[in-house]
Amino acid sequence: MMSAIPRRRIPATRRFWAVALAIGAVALYIAFAGQWTLPHNNDAPFFERLNDFRAWIDANRNSNPILVVLIVGVRTAMGALFTGYLGILQVLTWPGLTVIAGGLGLLVGGRRLGGLLLSGFLSFGVLGLWDRSIETLAMTFAAVTISLLIGIPVGIQAGRSVRFYSAIRPILDVMQIMPTYAYLAPFALIFLIGPTTGAIVTLIYAIPPAVRITALGIRGVAPATVEAATSLGATRRQLLAKVQLPMARRTIVLGINQTIMMALSMVVITALVDTPGLGKNLIKAIQISNVGVAFDAGLAIVIMAIMLDRLTTRASERVDPARAGGAEGPSRQLRLAVLVASVAAVLVGTFVIDGGQFPTTIGFSFREPINAAVSWVSLNLYFATEWAKNAATYGLINPIQYTLTNAPWWLVGGVISALAVVVGGIRPALITALCLLGILGIQLWEHSMQTLTLVLVATLLTLVIGLVLGILSARSDVFSAILRPVLDAAQTMPAFVYLLPAVALFGATRFSGIVAAIIFAVPPVIRLVEIGIRTVPATVREAGVSAGATASQLLRKVELPLALPALLVATNQGIILVLSMVVVGGLIGAGGLGYDVVAGFVRRDFFGEGLAAAFAIVLLGIMLDRITQSAGSTRARDPSASAGDDTATAPAAG
Amino acid sequence: MSSNKRFGRLVVGFVAVSLVAAACSSGGSGGSKGTVNIAVNPWVGYEADAAVVAYLLEKELGYTVVKKDLAEDVSWQGFESGEVDVILENWGHPDLEKTYITEKKVAMDAGQTGNVGIIGWFVPKWMVDENPDITDYKNLNKYADLFKTSESGNLGEFLGTDPSYVQYDEALITNLGLNFKVRFTGSEAATVEAIKQADAQKKPLLAYWWDPHWLNAVVPLVRVNLPAYTAGCDADLEKVACDYPEYKLNKIIRVGFNEKGGDAATFIKNFNWTNKDQNVVADYITNGNMTPEAAAEKWVKANEAIWKAWMP
Repeated sequence: MMSAIPRRRIPATRRFWAVALAIGAVALYIAFAGQWTLPHNNDAPFFERLNDFRAWIDANRNSNPILVVLIVGVRTAMGALFTGYLGILQVLTWPGLTVIAGGLGLLVGGRRLGGLLLSGFLSFGVLGLWDRSIETLAMTFAAVTISLLIGIPVGIQAGRSVRFYSAIRPILDVMQIMPTYAYLAPFALIFLIGPTTGAIVTLIYAIPPAVRITALGIRGVAPATVEAATSLGATRRQLLAKVQLPMARRTIVLGINQTIMMALSMVVITALVDTPGLGKNLIKAIQISNVGVAFDAGLAIVIMAIMLDRLTTRASERVDPARAGGAEGPSRQLRLAVLVASVAAVLVGTFVIDGGQFPTTIGFSFREPINAAVSWVSLNLYFATEWAKNAATYGLINPIQYTLTNAPWWLVGGVISALAVVVGGIRPALITALCLLGILGIQLWEHSMQTLTLVLVATLLTLVIGLVLGILSARSDVFSAILRPVLDAAQTMPAFVYLLPAVALFGATRFSGIVAAIIFAVPPVIRLVEIGIRTVPATVREAGVSAGATASQLLRKVELPLALPALLVATNQGIILVLSMVVVGGLIGAGGLGYDVVAGFVRRDFFGEGLAAAFAIVLLGIMLDRITQSAGSTRARDPSASAGDDTATAPAAG
Repeated sequence: MSSNKRFGRLVVGFVAVSLVAAACSSGGSGGSKGTVNIAVNPWVGYEADAAVVAYLLEKELGYTVVKKDLAEDVSWQGFESGEVDVILENWGHPDLEKTYITEKKVAMDAGQTGNVGIIGWFVPKWMVDENPDITDYKNLNKYADLFKTSESGNLGEFLGTDPSYVQYDEALITNLGLNFKVRFTGSEAATVEAIKQADAQKKPLLAYWWDPHWLNAVVPLVRVNLPAYTAGCDADLEKVACDYPEYKLNKIIRVGFNEKGGDAATFIKNFNWTNKDQNVVADYITNGNMTPEAAAEKWVKANEAIWKAWMP
């Protein structure tokens, strides 16, 4: 990866080329604006071809033997897995499940974790979302099971063979860049609606971390250990079973943790294809514009995510071979007590009370207070929200969109590619040019430029906000401590939820899509900036201070430049998150490719356009990813930056 | 090595759970005459239908009802996979009827709901009072400036709707040569919000809107006259240049459900009410702060004579 990137140019040359590029671009724009544009055509031949493909699948789904075997097989297996998990969770009844979860927490992580799981499960019921939560849990388990069955073996292979890993790496990248939303339609076409399609769509997103982290774990086994085992005559198989796997165990369990988190962040969006669970409430909330309804469901998902996260994290610590000797397992009595309590709770739930139904008498909902707060803001702060919307729309969105859609396509493509050369070198520029040609080929130029506009504006605002809040948290421990739980929650909340407050405050506009994207993408940026600044060595800072630098000079001349690598990684992460969210913004009038995907999913005659838009989104994603990543690695020259994409922790929108 | 064993046990336990899960996947629901899967399309009028039908199926006939919030086209796919038994309020969709009723033979018409559906372009009444000729589409370009917003640039804004609805506004705008740009609200609720605002704050608005809807009794809207609908003028959705037709809304059911659905199928075929009935229930749900169940209950208690006639 690193070796492929040419040595960094001397800054003076770089600046010269940048200025030349800017002057040339402006001159060409003035000369040719309005010509060679590619206005959108809903009837483009490429869309028609995809529509024909849809019609063919639809007509042959039940007669073509390959399709029949594939569809019936996958549907039956996935359906059984999901209904099986759901059946178990339901049979255990709510008191039983709650006690079992609490007991499991107690055994794995002690009293605090036990309490967390116990109260977490109870809160599902109190929120009035027991059934929906259990469905989401079953759905997550089903998707995670398959993800691990595929991901861990592939990851082991990838960990043992560098060539294999570099071969599958681009595929993993695409799997994670492509917003789930984009592939709902094609998968629903083949596997029809229902939990099967939901699970498949989810596992596409959940497999990459399983593969990546398993590979990381296997590769991370100290070479000396491997050497020692090999010299003692261990076969490859023995090496794997006796050395590599046990040593990598902790990392692999962390991979399971990541897989669960990814699956959970995706599983809600699949409600659009009739997957049961909390996602249904979110969809409903969007339909009826009810922020409170979405908040309750979002909260349940956050609670579920926290529980599963803590549980698997603790489990990974427990299986760490380095600690195996020291860690005290739970005592035999405790285990017995948990077992007895669980059985008793299940029996109580089955025979004593109606454990299938959480009592409605104890219920609490944030619906009313949240809705009251939202309507207060939209009524009383109307001038502020309207001002923000208009400032961003007239100041940024409209001019950028106008320029991008009015400039000749070759000028836009040429400038972006040239920028890629300046920023990252020849290789990313080539990829960029290819992606742009691809977008040209699938006849979605104008909509892609609209989406690109939204991505640029949202990324810019995300970076500005992230930088400000990141600096503040780096400066003040108190601020950082207050902000951290907010960021945790914001990152766990399904991105879907952010659409609602955005719509309530800013209407169904492009700006609402941008706002939702900012809320979604800003937490990791804040964190990375904070870490970047905090890791500036104290000696460097002191040197600055003793040289008489003021606080703002210190920030500009010392801290920010040193934090630049972190900022570039933040840009890279942020831009992909923003892209995935901007697309979902199509649900609330954000337009562009997002709208095409939405329409392609819900209207048959738009299928082709929607699928083409999904391709365009992937191409945009690859392009933005490569440009920002290469910018990061050419400047940072920091090997740890490339480790970042192996352990990417941010969830995505869908 | 105890942690090694524990890890092994974890794996074994995991596999065991998966196997058991697959084995006992048939958890039946006792005491019910059967399950009816009703697709609920995203507008409150449909939800009113579904609320009343579900209430009566559960309380009077003893069925279990599963409501599924799905878009129109997606609901039809459910007939093929068996996920959906009933669509209660179908707005035309000749292409889907052709695929699923005529060709695949998995769905069938189950009679009209009694509701008459209208889709059209509407402006608030105060705009018509100020500019009486605005209701002729030929004059819309003259007024396009009134409808400019931050989203529409130098064109007038046409407020589009939920992308899943029956619609061809973009094609109409192109084919009628209008200087307008569609902004899709994405949902009924967002459109309702925009219409209320246009009325209260006297903001100009040209929007995709429909009837039956409770809002029509609250905010006076006037329909813009487009070239009249003639049979087949909407055959090619990219070349269409005529108004939306009047829809006799009907119910669609799965063929398998018709055969094995018993009383539930008969009941759904009998279901028939007026726009007024639907608006009452829709109003309860939206403005009366009632759950669909409570709204249905209230309507059912007050209108026994109507629903008794639907009983098998």
